[in-house]
Amino acid sequence: MQRSRAIVETKADAKPEAQPGTKSRPDPVARIKSKNKRGHTYPFYFVAGALILYTVFSVIPGLTGLLYSFTDWNSYTTDVHWVGLDNFATIFSGDENYLSFVKNTLVFTALTIILKTVLGLAFAILLTEGVKKLTNLHRVIVYLPAVLPMLVVGLVFKSILNPQTGLVNEFLRGIGLGGLAQKWLVDANIALYSIIGVDTWKGVGYIMVILLAGIQAIPKDYYEAGAIDGANPWQRFWHITMPLLTPVITVTTVLNLLYGLKVFDIVYVLTNGGPGYATDVVFTSVFKEFGQGRYGVATALSTLLFLIMVVSGYFVIRLMTRKDQAE
Amino acid sequence: MRTKPFKSIGFNLLAIVISVVIFIPIYIIIVNSLKTKTDAATMGIGLPTSLHFENFSTVIEKGKLGQSFLNSMLYSVGSTIIGTTLAAMGAFVLSRNRTRLNRFLYLFLIMGIALPTNYVTLTQVMQVTHLINTQLGIIILHAAGQIPFGIFLIYGFVQNIPRELDEAAIVDGCGPWRLFFVVIMPLMMPVLITLSVLSFLGAWSDFIAPLYFLNNSDLWPMTLAVYNFFGQFQSDWSLVSADILLTILPVLVVYLLAQRFILSGLTSGAVKG
Repeated sequence: MQRSRAIVETKADAKPEAQPGTKSRPDPVARIKSKNKRGHTYPFYFVAGALILYTVFSVIPGLTGLLYSFTDWNSYTTDVHWVGLDNFATIFSGDENYLSFVKNTLVFTALTIILKTVLGLAFAILLTEGVKKLTNLHRVIVYLPAVLPMLVVGLVFKSILNPQTGLVNEFLRGIGLGGLAQKWLVDANIALYSIIGVDTWKGVGYIMVILLAGIQAIPKDYYEAGAIDGANPWQRFWHITMPLLTPVITVTTVLNLLYGLKVFDIVYVLTNGGPGYATDVVFTSVFKEFGQGRYGVATALSTLLFLIMVVSGYFVIRLMTRKDQAE
Repeated sequence: MRTKPFKSIGFNLLAIVISVVIFIPIYIIIVNSLKTKTDAATMGIGLPTSLHFENFSTVIEKGKLGQSFLNSMLYSVGSTIIGTTLAAMGAFVLSRNRTRLNRFLYLFLIMGIALPTNYVTLTQVMQVTHLINTQLGIIILHAAGQIPFGIFLIYGFVQNIPRELDEAAIVDGCGPWRLFFVVIMPLMMPVLITLSVLSFLGAWSDFIAPLYFLNNSDLWPMTLAVYNFFGQFQSDWSLVSADILLTILPVLVVYLLAQRFILSGLTSGAVKG
């Protein structure tokens, strides 16, 4: 603040001196206010660096991927032929498990959205309503898993979920619930849900932090008015918190949606799609197709998700820029 | 009224239990990194009977952690500086000079927040630009990856910097470079710190870009080095834990020091007023 005031003062000092001698030159202030001269003060080449990096390393791979998904591009020949929708037909034919990868991706996305939102909201309310001490410490700890590298999370949870020696099964046996002990990451029927559980552990803090900020932004007056009118905590939650929090929950849902659809790393580090193909999601199968040199199918799978994400991305931007638009 | 204190204690206890449960995996790494090989075999929650700090020196030597630490630092710091600076310059101009083209470019750029990376075709781009298997390639890739969110975050912040400052600086004879780097950038510090911390943590934790684009293990960052180490020493969880702890230590330190900036940066996009 100090700094900016100093600059404003220099401006006031400088103006009278500048005026007499500069009759021939246009007034600089008028210059940056006039639309066509703004380019001098705010030059386009300032944007160019960001634009070039983004275009070369995000947009071009995305668009060429779109094109290649209509070809038989692979690592065995240099010839690339246009095959129309064949790759997509392969994916949707159901011959090669591709549909189960899409299904796993959708199950993962739906369940992580529900778990993270419900648990995140519960933690956020617990921290605002019930807990007066150590609130920030709790917040820091709940968010902590989000900053850990995924490879590390994978290694640690493979040990924790180990059927024989893992902590979870040891704990269940210890409290006499050994019957509930599972082969968490090895049983094809359970593995996907184990991954969802670990992902919730890692990601719930992020959602909680956003919801917590949303709850704290709700004016206290509403709750006081509600309390005077005799609303119990449950009613206050449903009639004050929830309606006012809906925009924030929409944002967290979209964030979870985008994250869930492009999930790769947590599956890769925990099961790498196994046992068999039981936990393969779209991007782990893209990685495997890529490894086998079947680039055409791999890019077609990416494209499929790309299209879903562009559509959802459009809504994200609408949400995030809603205030700018209103201006 | 009499039940209130009990209720409050109950809530506090619940919150403490939740925090403890969430913390257990990290706790396990810490205690097991100090145990002997046999004690750490089951990765239990028991405290070590004796402290074996020599695990860390063993790991640093056997896992070539010095090299990978320097690699990780290079990738994280390099990409953070490049990405944050470019995003700040871009966001400043896009926010100040709102022509029709610039409005479109803004939307075009922040669209990248939602786009997934197509690693198959990105590999081609990396080959064409000769950035595959190079350290510069990883730096640029991470820098490019943080531009959309960076632009979004800084664009909103620039609106709060008074335009009169630009005018004053121009009157005083600043060109665009001095205006930006001397006048505007210092005022952007809060948002730049937030973005830098998030970028640093993201680049430090990432293993996918090196996995696809670096096949020389001398160039690997710590995350991939841990994976490699685990492959060689997976029977020895005390060493693996020590390796993991050293890898996440910078992340934990940065997070604890800068958590205020991180948490404010995360919420600024989602919660507006």
